[in-house]
Amino acid sequence: MGAVGGDFEGDLKELRETFNSGKTREASWRRSQLHGILSLLKERESDIFKALNQDLGKHHVEAYRDEIGTVAKSANYALGNLKKWMGSKRAKVPLVAFPSRGKLVPEPLGVVLIISSWNFPFGLSLGQIIGAIAAGNAVILKPSELAPTCSSVLANTIYNYLDNSAIKVVEGGSSVGEKLLQLKFDKIFFTGGPRVGQIVTTAAAKNLTPVTLELGGKCPAVVDCISSSWDEKIAMKRIIWGKFGACAGQVCIGIDYILTQKKFAPTLVEFLKKYIKKSFGDNPMGSNSIAKIVNKKHFSRLKDLLNEPDVKTSIVYGGSSNEENLFIEPTILLDPPLDTTIMTEEIFGPLLPIITLETIEDSIEFIRSRPKPLAIYGFTNNEKLQKRMICETSSGSITFNDAITQYLIDTMPFGGVGGSGYGRYHGKFSFEEFSHLKAVLVRGYIIDFGFKYPPWNDKKLQLLKSGLQYNYITLVLIKLGLKSKA
Amino acid sequence: MASEDVKNSPATVVFDTEAANSLLKELRSTVIAGKTKSYEWRASQLKSLLKMVEDRDKEICDALFSDLSKPEMEAFIHEIAMIKASCKLALKKLKDWMKPEKVKTTLGTFPSSAEIVPEPLGVVLIISAWNYPFLLSVDPVIGAIAAGNAVVLKPSEIAPAMSSLLAKLFGEYLDNSAIKVVEGAVPETSALLEQKWDKIFYTGNGRVGRVIMAAAAKHLTPVVLELGGKSPVLVDSDIDLTVTAKRIVSGKWGCNNGQACVAPDYIITTKNYAPVLIDSIRHQLVKFYGEDALNSLDLSRVVSSNHFARLTKLLDDDRVSGKIIHGGQTDMSSLKIAPTIVLDAPEDSLIMNEEIFGPLLPIITVDKIEDGINFINSRPNPLAAYLFTNKKQLKEEFVSNVSAGGVLINDISLHLMVDTLPFGGVGDSGMGAYHGKFSFDAFSHKKAVLHRSFFGDAPARYPPYTPGKLRLLKALLDGSILGIIRALFGWS
Repeated sequence: MGAVGGDFEGDLKELRETFNSGKTREASWRRSQLHGILSLLKERESDIFKALNQDLGKHHVEAYRDEIGTVAKSANYALGNLKKWMGSKRAKVPLVAFPSRGKLVPEPLGVVLIISSWNFPFGLSLGQIIGAIAAGNAVILKPSELAPTCSSVLANTIYNYLDNSAIKVVEGGSSVGEKLLQLKFDKIFFTGGPRVGQIVTTAAAKNLTPVTLELGGKCPAVVDCISSSWDEKIAMKRIIWGKFGACAGQVCIGIDYILTQKKFAPTLVEFLKKYIKKSFGDNPMGSNSIAKIVNKKHFSRLKDLLNEPDVKTSIVYGGSSNEENLFIEPTILLDPPLDTTIMTEEIFGPLLPIITLETIEDSIEFIRSRPKPLAIYGFTNNEKLQKRMICETSSGSITFNDAITQYLIDTMPFGGVGGSGYGRYHGKFSFEEFSHLKAVLVRGYIIDFGFKYPPWNDKKLQLLKSGLQYNYITLVLIKLGLKSKA
Repeated sequence: MASEDVKNSPATVVFDTEAANSLLKELRSTVIAGKTKSYEWRASQLKSLLKMVEDRDKEICDALFSDLSKPEMEAFIHEIAMIKASCKLALKKLKDWMKPEKVKTTLGTFPSSAEIVPEPLGVVLIISAWNYPFLLSVDPVIGAIAAGNAVVLKPSEIAPAMSSLLAKLFGEYLDNSAIKVVEGAVPETSALLEQKWDKIFYTGNGRVGRVIMAAAAKHLTPVVLELGGKSPVLVDSDIDLTVTAKRIVSGKWGCNNGQACVAPDYIITTKNYAPVLIDSIRHQLVKFYGEDALNSLDLSRVVSSNHFARLTKLLDDDRVSGKIIHGGQTDMSSLKIAPTIVLDAPEDSLIMNEEIFGPLLPIITVDKIEDGINFINSRPNPLAAYLFTNKKQLKEEFVSNVSAGGVLINDISLHLMVDTLPFGGVGDSGMGAYHGKFSFDAFSHKKAVLHRSFFGDAPARYPPYTPGKLRLLKALLDGSILGIIRALFGWS
């Protein structure tokens, strides 16, 4: 059936044999698997919707927008570009290696391990599988046990729609993860938090396995004064969506907190309140438009954030919650103390602190003095500020006047830096991340210079010096005995 | 000079955790101040490096001779010329490399503009090796500087003259507030590895590579590992024999006497062709190094007594020593081992399982040449794989089916000099790559930058959610204009 039993070594062995047989390298195989994913998404859409609703309370529009639609788009993009990506590229060869032909040949790494997270269980599993398959690898996927229905649907659908001799799903929690990490993979792609990221990379080091780490961080949104009502409407919608609209803020690239000018803050708070009501109505819990918190542990964690001294008093909107439904209302806080947990750890929930600064430019220093996040957002039309933000801050990505949409763009690399991770994917970057780019140089026999070989003497040295400095005139003169030094 | 403060000298400062800590602090403030980011700073450092190599080439050659008995020709071709070329390329291309790259965006996010902006990682640690102690220290430093980082270089203590020279020269020619050399061995390296770096670049062996990766894991630091492996040479019978033999001999013994990560480790050829090939190789060996190759001045010596012992041990095995068909002479006092060829050593002998890294060349014979490819593939991925043949199909099969860091047909090691090719390993031979633009990329973060305007918005994204929005989203994500129109008008 879908999930495999405890014999991970046996599974890995089978996958290695499949890989070694050369099957997964064939373009036709890769295409068939990508088509398999498209069929999976189309035919099992309602199962996927049900699972996402069950585990995370996602509305099916959100589920389509954030998981099914994006994965289908990625699969189609890969199908459309596969031939180009698989082809070798010529490398210009300098004179010193004349005559020869150089090229870069992409090849699969072998058997890869993908460990995915619970917040976008389909998006963050199938998205990576697309990259791994397009690059010609065999795959073991370990979905997150915190989204158990989704994990089970993934195991079942992958079993039925993809090639089991090359792609397997292993379900389970941390003990299963640990067992898998003892085995030797050719690559590990991990999406999750830094604590487990460290466990993964430490295990990978034993086998010299390269790793991609997609972590998170506290993604700030710098919100400049908004004057026009048109801009207000759009900016607010996007900010609210960027914070609350995707998995209730449990998103690695979600807006974590806002930085804004002191004098604009009151207006901003009013705007946010207005648009939260518009988006979610008077009874957000009943609106079905906000996902739920994934489990009791995270629910308590988020509630504890609000219970710290001076944090509770900074709440200016929301704050209520319902444990039975694992629901937390969109909550806005104004200037909670900077040393509280809500301002030092990644929130990953529907709590939105607003930090006020004297000038909007102060936000740059604020961001720089903190760990590099996965994304930085700037809601501003001030080009100077935009330029400064690009040059003076560092993050996985930076987006102006929107949030999260950068995820959709296949031509942009998606990945972190510093504490937010390393490696990247999406589009051709996925293909590259799961490939080895092999350097190939082909020489002929025709020209061979005697002065390249020992025994050495001073004349040969001078010939080489001029040759390597592309000083061909001197080279000829020395050869003719008309010059003695390069 | 700042770098001398941290130079490991028995009489003065011991480089411990505290010293590493304050070193890193200093470098971080240099980076935060933005000094290393400007084009001017990077170009000025690269220019100084170039001047350093040009002014002081004699001292560099002397240090290489002291550490490795490296002949001046090798020092020149393999280390000095390559560094000069690398500096010049970086200077020429730096503006291009630093430029943001515009990328197309999709209909789903219209209107928007996107680009990829390279930025420095911050403070990087480069740990270099002893066999090409100048090249393998300075080349990564060039990449790190070009990418705008601050750098700590830890040269190998097994090449002490070069380590000391690098500390001195970097102190004189480069910006000490951003580029430092830390000399030392295990204690100093451990102190450095406890720190949080933005990248670690290591050249060396797999055992230490694992230690470095594990240390890097604690801080979630990305690494480049340039390791080694047993780089095989598959030799067909359809070749130009003389040129092949010359290239094999100079590739094996002419590169630091086999102590190179891409040195031919062993040869595979057919049983029928082996005698012809061996004859030719032996002939070239005598031509290059004379009858008494053990004492030829054109050969580097073995770097240390440890490595000498390691190499002689490989020959100690009775099943191997009986198969020596050329050379085999050793001289412990001068740390020299003559070019040695071993024919058909047993597959489970040490010499056939460990990376040799020395002047011993096993030749393995197979029935047909294709068996050679299977032989190679049944072993860990090497850093380089070589094939000598004129047959087109064999070349294609080799390139498609042999996985190695790099593959070279009809020559040895030359691919290192081609800066448009990435140089790095795969599997056990390493991860990441450098040379040319790949060096710049290895030390950069490519930041995705997306500009959206407030104009043009798809309400379908936002709650409250409706079936109509779902249809529109499907069309938007499909990128189909017709679909979008239909959805907007409620026709689908």
